[in-house]
Amino acid sequence: MGLDGWIWALDGWILVAAVLCAVSCSLLGNFLVLRGTSMLGDAISHAVLPGLAVAFWISGSRSGTGMFVAAVAAAVVTVFLIETLRRSAGVDRGASMGVVFTAMFALGMIMIVQVADHVDLDPNCVLYGSIELTPLDQWEIAGWLIPKAVVTLGVTLLLNGLFVALFYKELLLTTFDSDLADSMGFSSQVIHYGLMTLVAITAVASFESVGSVLVVAMMVVPPASALMMTDRLSGMLAWSAGLAALAAIMGHGSAIVVPSWFGMGSTLTSGMMAVSAGGILIVCGLVGSRRGLITRWVRQRAFAAQVAADDVLGFLFRLEERAKSTVLTTAATTGQKKSESITAQNPATAAQLSTNLGQSLPQCLRVLSGLVRRGEVEPSGSGYCLTSAGRRRAQLLVRSHRLWELYLVEQAQYEIDRIHEKAEAWEHVTDESMRESLDRATSQTALDPHGSQIPPEVERHNQ
Amino acid sequence: MVSDRPATSPHSASNPGDLGANRPMLSPLQVWDLTVAYQRTPVLWDVAFQVEPASLVAVVGPNGAGKSTLLRAILNLIPRTSGKIQIFGDEFSAQRRRVGYVPQRESVDWDFPVSVLDVVTMGLYREIGWLWPVRKQHRARAMEALNQVGIADLAHRQISHLSGGQQQRTFLARALAQNADLYLMDEPLAAVDAATELAIIQQLRAMKQQGKTCVVIHHDLQTVPEYFDSVLLLNMRVVASGPVAEVFTPENLQKTYGGRLTLLDEVSSAMRRQEKLL
Repeated sequence: MGLDGWIWALDGWILVAAVLCAVSCSLLGNFLVLRGTSMLGDAISHAVLPGLAVAFWISGSRSGTGMFVAAVAAAVVTVFLIETLRRSAGVDRGASMGVVFTAMFALGMIMIVQVADHVDLDPNCVLYGSIELTPLDQWEIAGWLIPKAVVTLGVTLLLNGLFVALFYKELLLTTFDSDLADSMGFSSQVIHYGLMTLVAITAVASFESVGSVLVVAMMVVPPASALMMTDRLSGMLAWSAGLAALAAIMGHGSAIVVPSWFGMGSTLTSGMMAVSAGGILIVCGLVGSRRGLITRWVRQRAFAAQVAADDVLGFLFRLEERAKSTVLTTAATTGQKKSESITAQNPATAAQLSTNLGQSLPQCLRVLSGLVRRGEVEPSGSGYCLTSAGRRRAQLLVRSHRLWELYLVEQAQYEIDRIHEKAEAWEHVTDESMRESLDRATSQTALDPHGSQIPPEVERHNQ
Repeated sequence: MVSDRPATSPHSASNPGDLGANRPMLSPLQVWDLTVAYQRTPVLWDVAFQVEPASLVAVVGPNGAGKSTLLRAILNLIPRTSGKIQIFGDEFSAQRRRVGYVPQRESVDWDFPVSVLDVVTMGLYREIGWLWPVRKQHRARAMEALNQVGIADLAHRQISHLSGGQQQRTFLARALAQNADLYLMDEPLAAVDAATELAIIQQLRAMKQQGKTCVVIHHDLQTVPEYFDSVLLLNMRVVASGPVAEVFTPENLQKTYGGRLTLLDEVSSAMRRQEKLL
């Protein structure tokens, strides 16, 4: 098993070509994805076909710059037709893409089959590419034998890199807010056509290596994955380039390795690149910092744990309050002096917390042990009570809760029996500045609508 | 102040000879007989008005009255069928840098991977120019603008985390950074909280103090007299325009909101039917 079949002179070049191609496609793809025109890459990569056929028709050869120029010209015509159809006939962009590129592709197919039937211009090759043949066709540059595809793709990557670096600001503005761009004199049309010309160049350059289907995959999938990993455009560009390169490396590696597990020979690199990119997209979807499922799940769990802990602290605080007021009333009737220690003398058992908070007993115990570890609750007899740190946090929670209740009744005209649930949910996300605003917005009464005391804000530097 | 008709004709207003001497007196925006059509259906008919320097102007009218279309036509974002528009007595393309635009909030994708500061910095792009990168001094000025609208603490947040009011403040900060003399704003007060509304209005008043002019599409009729100096009542054509005290009357509002101009719609579709037959 493993990479037994690996030959540097061959596989090394294939890998380089795959990485160059993947990275150049993904760089431009970022802007296609952000503009909601991902399928323009698809449209263009198909629509260059008639250009290729015409060039072949005229020059009679399959290689050369004529072919390249004709293909790019066909692509620009395609973009122009799509835009014209959209603007003047009011056809939506997706539909006009569909109309134009299928027509162009069909035209190209007919031309190839009719005119170039007997020659080496294979429609299959256009679709799937032949990256495995990369090392066979070489140019000698400064004494080095370098595969032609590597040179072309290298130049393409350089072009795309320069374009994105130089016009970063213009690309950002026209993509985000094309109206503002136009009103400022940054013509969104100019940028659009520039971008599309480069997409066409990239598509044509990548054709022979990876085929038109993979061009589309590399333009759309790495940027879409990158968007899940970051929330800045610059980050997205970097991530997409990295992920595209990774997909290329994984693709070629697995094309050699995976089939051998099933006792077969190596398979198509381009196909495995697309599969790898898909796999990367799924992983990004799971762990992405922005919208990743796992990330979100972890965050939700953390919040649920915070809410459970908050509830325990709030309950213990209210228990202390109640005890304090009974003691005070008793003290008042018996003429005793009030004692500072009464507050600490109200442990609640885990079972008691469990019934009152509607949490299961094991859940309650878990929350309690967490709070004990953080030093906010301490065991006392058979139960638990607040430490001074826990009391401070609980006091703020209860303060938030009661301020919200007051606010809802006074400012939002809520019925008194509907305020508790809302305050209960919001107390967990209310910070100091919100409490301040609430305090300012409500009347300066010390009692909430239920008649309970609203505790004061805790002094910040009070240890 | 807005008056029904531009006082000067297009020709004398664009006389380059007195440009320097008359500069403070030049109207920031004059429109003559502007007609705009979408797919041959006119949305604005013979619109004419002019705006006085250093004033706050409300553009008011029902849905489909062509308010956004008017701003977009002034900015050359859509072609006009006929009519003439002058910005400070000149073509728009020549006065571009003196015009700021605040598009409707819904016109952009608020999930876009940029920070609040990035968006505000866009206001300086024209000044930075093609190809030049954004530099430290520009970010500092964008921060200043964010400070003015009171959301400097959000500078490095991604924009999808903003509330509606904060989005609107972001757009206003971007406009401030642009440092234009005439601002065209598409519903900057739509769906914002009371605090944001107050903050934005205070900012507009401060801009007026600095001699800037703001033409603002506004939807809340009750606040028009309090916030604005003059008003343009629009319903496909100009119903009335001028100082709020004179023009903002129940009769004019009735005319503006008393239904779309169905007859105009009817006649234009009849025209199109006719053209198809020919």
